[in-house]
Amino acid sequence: MKVSEIVEKLNLEVYSGQSGLDRGVHGGYSSDLLSDVMGHAEYGDVWTTLQTHKNVIAIASLKEVAAVILVKGYKPEADTIKQSNEEGIPILGTSKETFEINGLLYNLLKK
Amino acid sequence: MAMHFEYKIEGGDFTRAGNASSQVKRTLKQLNVDPKVIKRVVVALYEGEVNIVAHAYHGEIHIDIDTEKIKLALIDQGPGIPNIEQAMEMGFSTATPEVREMGFGAGMGLPNIKKNSDKFRIESEVGVGTKLYIEVYINQ
Repeated sequence: MKVSEIVEKLNLEVYSGQSGLDRGVHGGYSSDLLSDVMGHAEYGDVWTTLQTHKNVIAIASLKEVAAVILVKGYKPEADTIKQSNEEGIPILGTSKETFEINGLLYNLLKK
Repeated sequence: MAMHFEYKIEGGDFTRAGNASSQVKRTLKQLNVDPKVIKRVVVALYEGEVNIVAHAYHGEIHIDIDTEKIKLALIDQGPGIPNIEQAMEMGFSTATPEVREMGFGAGMGLPNIKKNSDKFRIESEVGVGTKLYIEVYINQ
């Protein structure tokens, strides 16, 4: 499944990194602890988090995640947006809580 | 093939954390190193970069790549670690509340580095700084 399909099906906001919307999604990871994500996220995951600073994209890029989803209406900081555009890793957003959006993602991806 | 890189890191400057890791990742990819090996190097190096930014005043990273291994040396001037055994424990952290709020400082850094290294050595002197020597073998 492509990032763009997830955006459409879950009605997500696209804040940045539009050039990465055709990246393939293979799974998901959810954590606000960056070392945890560094240690355990996999290539092609969508990463749900409430962290909005630039280091999120550094990690997303190093781990080659497909996209980042910010929960509960959190918005990325300006330098996070810039980095996301440069790396081509989309930052998406939802007003839903982590638990809820993960449930929807899980159901979508297990198909 | 033998390559050497050096990076300088300033304490507190989180905006540049990950620069060395991302450069090394790019280089190792170009050299067609096994992606699993690249992953381990990148995790270890990134955690090391963040440790310097979060705890030290400034530091240097030396990276040596040859056909057999990737060697990382992370040397900082900083407060040092009084109890290395404790610092190596999963979940132990002395990070400030600000650093924790960013999602760092969960006490996973050093254990993560060790887990991803084939060779791991840490030396620290209180009031002087910390030295970390890491090797990852290219042919596992």
